[in-house]
Amino acid sequence: MPEILEAFQDAKLSRDLLTMVRKLAAAYREKHGRPMALMEVCGTHTMALARSGIREAVAGEVRLVSGPGCPVCVTSQDDIHRMQVLAAQREAIVCTFGDMMRVPGREGSLQDTRARGGDVRVIYNPVEAVAIAAANPNRPVVFFGIGFETTIPTVAAALVEAERQQITNFYLFTAFKLVTPVLHYLLTLGEVRLDGLLLPGHVSVILGEGDFTFLADQYRVPSVISGFLPVDMLGGIALLLQMGIRGEAQVKNAYPRVVRYEGNPTAKGLVSRYFVPADTKWRGIGIIPGSGLALKPQWEHRDCRYRWPHLWQLEEDTEIAGCRCGEILRGVITPHQCPRFATDCTPVDPVGPCMVSSEGTCAAYYQHLRLAGHREKG
Amino acid sequence: MCLAVPAKVLERGEFTAKVESLGNILEVGIMLTPDVEVGQYVYVHSGQAIQVVDATAAQESLALWKELTTNAGDS
Repeated sequence: MPEILEAFQDAKLSRDLLTMVRKLAAAYREKHGRPMALMEVCGTHTMALARSGIREAVAGEVRLVSGPGCPVCVTSQDDIHRMQVLAAQREAIVCTFGDMMRVPGREGSLQDTRARGGDVRVIYNPVEAVAIAAANPNRPVVFFGIGFETTIPTVAAALVEAERQQITNFYLFTAFKLVTPVLHYLLTLGEVRLDGLLLPGHVSVILGEGDFTFLADQYRVPSVISGFLPVDMLGGIALLLQMGIRGEAQVKNAYPRVVRYEGNPTAKGLVSRYFVPADTKWRGIGIIPGSGLALKPQWEHRDCRYRWPHLWQLEEDTEIAGCRCGEILRGVITPHQCPRFATDCTPVDPVGPCMVSSEGTCAAYYQHLRLAGHREKG
Repeated sequence: MCLAVPAKVLERGEFTAKVESLGNILEVGIMLTPDVEVGQYVYVHSGQAIQVVDATAAQESLALWKELTTNAGDS
């Protein structure tokens, strides 16, 4: 690690920034009579804020609201169900990211589908699914494509690889989610008061600062693109508080070591080569127009929807009864307000995906803030 | 899932590079960062290098944080 990246791990700088956040938070409260409410949009931020102790350290001074940025959590149960049905037919090999395996559905999880004989494989890199297809030329191999703008280009890279190697048995199920449409949705809905946004650093690596300027222009919400180290997050919160105190609404890039104004044009170009915007269903939210992606017609030979159209004629609305992940994902409640949290819903035996995923809000609270509930309720 | 880790580029080919991250040597895709050079640092997500680290920008933001901590009461 070069010195410059190590310098971001400086504990003293973190402490100094925390002191400053507290000062600014007090000034904000004095001016507005309440703490500033900031949404951390990204699930990686949710986990990093809990793990680093920042969420607890600023409790009561700044209101941190967790957002819809956990890809496993926002994947609709119907889409998981489709992959379970496909795997259960024993024809195809279904490849997916690890956390997806344990999301419970009406007929168990994908892990249970595998236990019953379905061929479901966990991969880390979408290109691995292409290698699995190459090694199994007589079976269709489907990649269950979930994730936000950060992950989507890595799936596009897998499609390039499949073309390059002329692999014909590699298919994609596009269950991707896009961050900017869901921000439009949440800000228009106005269900939760949001005085500022801590924007996802790695989504911004791809999209760039420029794709977020609508937040200031259209909604007048102060927004800061932030990295994931304590220094990055505290600095980002401080910039948001400063804007809140001054009554300014700008989009600031506080992660310039990897986020450029234009993002990563190579990655964006690759995504638009394969995909077009499409409506998609989010867990607990429903269909948000243009918030997903579909393969372009010229790539329909890779499209799961064309090869297995019956999967889209299945009964819909398979969401888990009594799970409040939807409200958690919209920032309406915190895990402590769900009666099942840490009682019959735990990481070992989760009721919903927010407790399963390593980026889920409930999992973050369970691991790091289980005992902080009384403070929050008070 | 939007985790990304910094890694140093040790060798590069046409589509992949050998990188070192936290002591591990890995092969990652460089389709999204085609101009990356040996010796540069990249952020790796899902097996692909998604961006090259800009050391100058890193210095500047560090300087901004340091400045913020010294001017805490001014805003």
